[in-house]
Amino acid sequence: MSQPTLPADPDALAEALRATGYLPDEGLATAAYLALVMRRPLFLEGEAGVGKTALARALAEVTGRPIYRLQCYEGLEASQALYDWDFGRQLLHLRAAEAAHATGDTQALEASLYDRRFLLARPLLQALEDSPSVLLVDEVDRADDEFEAFLLEVLSDFTISIPELGTIRADVPPLVVLTSNRTREVHDALKRRCLYHWLEHPDFDREVAILRTRLPEVTERLARQVAGATLKLRGLDLLKPPGVAEAMDWASALHALGARELDPDLAARTLGAVLKYREDTDRVQSLAAGALFGG
Amino acid sequence: MAEPGTPGTSGDRGTPPRDVVATVLGFARTLRAAGVPASPDRVEAMLQAIGALDVLDATAVYWAGRLTLCSGPDDLDRYDAAFAAYFAGEAPRMRSAPADQKQVMALSAPLETGTGEGEDDASPDVAGQASADEVLRHRDVAELTLTEREELRRLFALLRPAAPMRASRRRRPSAHGSVHAARTVRRALRDGGEITRLMHRRARPRPRRVVLLIDVSGSMSPYADALLRFAHVAVRARPAVTEVFTIGTRLTRVTRELRLRDPDKALAASGSAIPDWSGGTRLGEVLKAFLDRWGQRGTARGAVVVVCSDGWERGGTELLAEQMARLSRLAHAVVWVNPHKGRAGYEPLTGGMQAALPSLDAFVAGHSLAAFEELTGVIARC
Repeated sequence: MSQPTLPADPDALAEALRATGYLPDEGLATAAYLALVMRRPLFLEGEAGVGKTALARALAEVTGRPIYRLQCYEGLEASQALYDWDFGRQLLHLRAAEAAHATGDTQALEASLYDRRFLLARPLLQALEDSPSVLLVDEVDRADDEFEAFLLEVLSDFTISIPELGTIRADVPPLVVLTSNRTREVHDALKRRCLYHWLEHPDFDREVAILRTRLPEVTERLARQVAGATLKLRGLDLLKPPGVAEAMDWASALHALGARELDPDLAARTLGAVLKYREDTDRVQSLAAGALFGG
Repeated sequence: MAEPGTPGTSGDRGTPPRDVVATVLGFARTLRAAGVPASPDRVEAMLQAIGALDVLDATAVYWAGRLTLCSGPDDLDRYDAAFAAYFAGEAPRMRSAPADQKQVMALSAPLETGTGEGEDDASPDVAGQASADEVLRHRDVAELTLTEREELRRLFALLRPAAPMRASRRRRPSAHGSVHAARTVRRALRDGGEITRLMHRRARPRPRRVVLLIDVSGSMSPYADALLRFAHVAVRARPAVTEVFTIGTRLTRVTRELRLRDPDKALAASGSAIPDWSGGTRLGEVLKAFLDRWGQRGTARGAVVVVCSDGWERGGTELLAEQMARLSRLAHAVVWVNPHKGRAGYEPLTGGMQAALPSLDAFVAGHSLAAFEELTGVIARC
């Protein structure tokens, strides 16, 4: 695989990310750059919808590496995150050998049972085997302590040892991006191995730029109005302040309705794209619509 | 974002590495004084990060440090302040003067003048001690003498908080339960491909999260020390699933401080972290802050939330009622501990209590050690 050379400095990386449609700020570009050159996992925290997962995808595009995503949840086990043996096929293999009366050499038969072709690689193993790659461990705060423990093991030396097969090592450690919505405090031991970055909502200009880049069909005027209204909504102390993802949903909802600019009526009809709590919707609707969505 | 100051100490030309190392180590010390635990391995990572960036660029140094030394949003403000202070040559700002800490500890002294000094130097009679302990267990902590308080602290170590349990998504091998296909086949492979026995698994119970919200306002000050000691015992028993916050005019997370083993050190540490000791109460607002910043994200979800307060609310109680309703929708159970409930003839008449009552699963007293023992039972049964 032809590898694009690594960006020379954070600015070059920011430029490359911009070319893929992801608009990072200075801190995020520095964080991603350091993750690449220091070969340290990048731990991203921030409100939902600020672009944590999108960064991993953009980095994969910039570096030309394949991306492997592991969605975390409580009870996630090694057999879903690392590897598993394909027991069904192993059984079939055994039966086939039996039928062919090839069971003479038991040792050879046993060895053939634990062949690489019966091993099901899960995201962590895939990312190590297909090196160099990008490994996205999404919403790590949803996993439990047991998972954190073996993630720690993999991230500390980028090897996975399989008792029946041997140790699998990545030639180049994958670029690891861990995201967390902070529903719970992730263990310090894990964070210590990572670069930590807290993502903020973008400012007005960058939000407009993001909307324009991601949704080129939306008019400049509409993008500015949506970004402005989203910014005001964030200042309202809502239960769930809208993120960039919601702003994009909103803009494309408005565009789908044929809107070229935001007016109070359209805003009220599409509010479900930005606000996800009834209490928030009630509050915003009770406010003077003109103040929020006018001009 | 705060504009980082310009580095004044690191050399302007050449920058010998030794100079950079000394500067970074000094900065790490400042940062630790500001309350960010910048451990040596993190400092090493910062040096490595600076090496990968431009040493002379203040912004690069700022990011190199922030990305490697901080581990949570709470650290960021402290980092910004420490960075500005250190690289602008200001004296490092401490979070609180040591004199304040002394004051905090003095809170555990009786607020009313103690009288019963005569019985304090009683002979160490074991049987007598046992019955004295028994009496002490039921005494209102607000009415104890200094020595009795010392005694009671010893008894706190005997509290054994049991955690409420919940079923988890993680399964464990078991003799009963649903069939575990992978293990069944793995076993069959061992038996030459013959399925001789079905393997089972079932959900493993896990401790449920317990969140303690402790009112440290003026009206609660006779009980704050005892409540924090109770919290310390709870945190020490289940450090991973217990969270403690103090509420008053502000919300302060003291879980980290209370994880210290020694109760007195833990209390001193959390005391210095709490900026609003014995101030007023803004229950509704602070509860909202808790739910916005922690509760809704996950801390309160499915947890047993214990609010320890007398329910004195200065302002209107609508916000409190609204936030309590929100809390009860998120939490598995909401328990309210009111020290005054232990008094004979107590009626929950304060506006705050009236507002909270409809959202509660349990309403218990918290004025004596016996009441705390009962509370651990209530929490475990939730």
